[in-house]
Amino acid sequence: MTRADRGSGFGIRDSGGPLAATALLVALCLPAPAIAMAQPSQPPPRRIVSLVPSVTETLFAMGAGSRVAAVSSYDNFPPDVEALPRVGALFDPDVERILSLRPDLVIVYGSQTDLIARLGRASVPLYVYRHGSLADVTTGIRDLGARIGMADAARTLAATVDTAFADIRARLKGASRPRTMLVIGREPGSLRAINVSGGFGFLHDLLDLAGGANVFGDVKRESMLVSTETVLARKPDVIIELHYSEPPLPEALTRDRATWQQLPGVPAVKAGRVYLLYGGELVVPGPRVVLTAQTFARALHPDLMPWGR
Amino acid sequence: MIDGGALAGATVRRRLLVWVPIFGAVAFLAIIGAPLIGTTPIRLDRVFDRSLPFADNVDAQIFFIARLPRALAGALVGATLAAAGVVFQALLRNPLATPFTLGVSAGSALGAMLAITFRLHLSFWGVSAVTAASFIGSIGAVAIVYALARARHRGFSTNVLLLAGVTLNSFFSALILFVQYLADSSEAMRTMRWLMGDLDVAGFGPIVASLPLCAAALVAFAWLPRALNLLSLDADAAASRGVNVLRVQRVAFFSASMATGAAVSLGGPIGFIGIIVPHLVRLIVGADHRVVLPASALFGAAFLVACDVLARTAMAPVEVPVGIITALIGGPFFLWLLVRQR
Repeated sequence: MTRADRGSGFGIRDSGGPLAATALLVALCLPAPAIAMAQPSQPPPRRIVSLVPSVTETLFAMGAGSRVAAVSSYDNFPPDVEALPRVGALFDPDVERILSLRPDLVIVYGSQTDLIARLGRASVPLYVYRHGSLADVTTGIRDLGARIGMADAARTLAATVDTAFADIRARLKGASRPRTMLVIGREPGSLRAINVSGGFGFLHDLLDLAGGANVFGDVKRESMLVSTETVLARKPDVIIELHYSEPPLPEALTRDRATWQQLPGVPAVKAGRVYLLYGGELVVPGPRVVLTAQTFARALHPDLMPWGR
Repeated sequence: MIDGGALAGATVRRRLLVWVPIFGAVAFLAIIGAPLIGTTPIRLDRVFDRSLPFADNVDAQIFFIARLPRALAGALVGATLAAAGVVFQALLRNPLATPFTLGVSAGSALGAMLAITFRLHLSFWGVSAVTAASFIGSIGAVAIVYALARARHRGFSTNVLLLAGVTLNSFFSALILFVQYLADSSEAMRTMRWLMGDLDVAGFGPIVASLPLCAAALVAFAWLPRALNLLSLDADAAASRGVNVLRVQRVAFFSASMATGAAVSLGGPIGFIGIIVPHLVRLIVGADHRVVLPASALFGAAFLVACDVLARTAMAPVEVPVGIITALIGGPFFLWLLVRQR
């Protein structure tokens, strides 16, 4: 345990920031006991239930893994979570299970209003997570650290992320910005139901950081479906496709990549710049965004980004 | 609405000669016109310019890869679903019947859900595992419903058929929800998207794969109208006039079901076409199936192609699922017709 971990009192100002502010706002709409969650004199939580995979990762990364008592059914990183109890996820949280674990902090999504109300009635302290931009990742890390009494460790972790980002920016300074389409889903084996990142959200921000210009940056949506016509018309120079699974066998990968040959006129296809990336971290806005940013940057600027560390 | 409505031969011929060319022209204009409309301006002289290599000719690619296959897929799916709707309404003697009433689309959807959730990556000839699995699912549903309808009745009971189909529909829907529940969030999103219908088939492969069954069904339908006129009144009356009722029912059931399965695996379960188009066409041309069937097929093609143009342009560059457009246009329009008809 670090020194910060042992520190108990933290003022309401320390737990400020947009996340805690919204948490408070939610609390005010609830029956009285829920207000308790924002009171400053709580001891740091020791039995944390996290329904948010990115927050689970953050807790482990800042050294609070031993305090995590249960996680969501979607959690799979770090490997330590495999041994922890599961309490449902975004749409199906198991309130009974959560309460039976006697948590002193439950991390919930802002959209889980029903769960927030029910846990509030049981006077369970809550930390409300809201999905946002890339900048919210480090803000969220610091905010969470303050909430669980590990402000120093959180600051160090956030600084690591910021430093890694600064390093990528420095390397890519002045480099050209290839027009990139970031595909976050499509029907396997065909070019149907192509889902791409619009100009909003942490994936768009990561692409921007990694020196790419999002061809759909003008559309203020986090994700959107586009037709093959739109892909042809927007002419991306690079296509990065995210798969949140383990990489398939090499033949299958080659075959899946070849699907794009159906659109031979797209500059990215013509130049062989279609990158299929695999890994669970690609979708999680936690501390591993650094790895994702580095991977994007390597795909976009292979000459400027070294492989390895 | 289905009152048999059989007319004298001369009247039918006259109506056929009037309405089939009109609906044919509408369908033709829709299919020819749709590839010319879109958010990206393309120049026709460039589209057909052979001096440019295809790989460098973006106008030609937009026309031949993106727009033309969509228009053709829309025409095929629209014609099939509308004609299948007419056949099912007559076969089941129920104006509310649709191509999806007997569980074909639910079986198809279950197949697609399983392929998406378990990430089947196989694909051949531009036809993905999802398309193939959804077609297999529809065949499974057809086989189950038919076996049930026969087991209960030595002949072919349309009542049992209807009940079995509706029950199977709900059962498959429950399985679909269960599979969706097991899927992780990105797969669940994709399955939901599939259910909304999509004609952006990105090439001719999937259309060619669906064509034989749809075309065979349309040919089989051409043999049916006279019998359907009698059947939609009363099976016994039809039999007394020399109709081989069982055979007609079987041909109608299998051809309409298989064609629906092929259409759904191509474009997803696009709703409303199978019920709105037949009723609308009946209002215009009368109830004789000899006119209603070809007119519905042609108008269904035109209607779906037009809806798909809206789907790709209304919110561009964001794509609106075509099933949402057909429901948004079709629902209120149908209600208006209903009220106007008193």
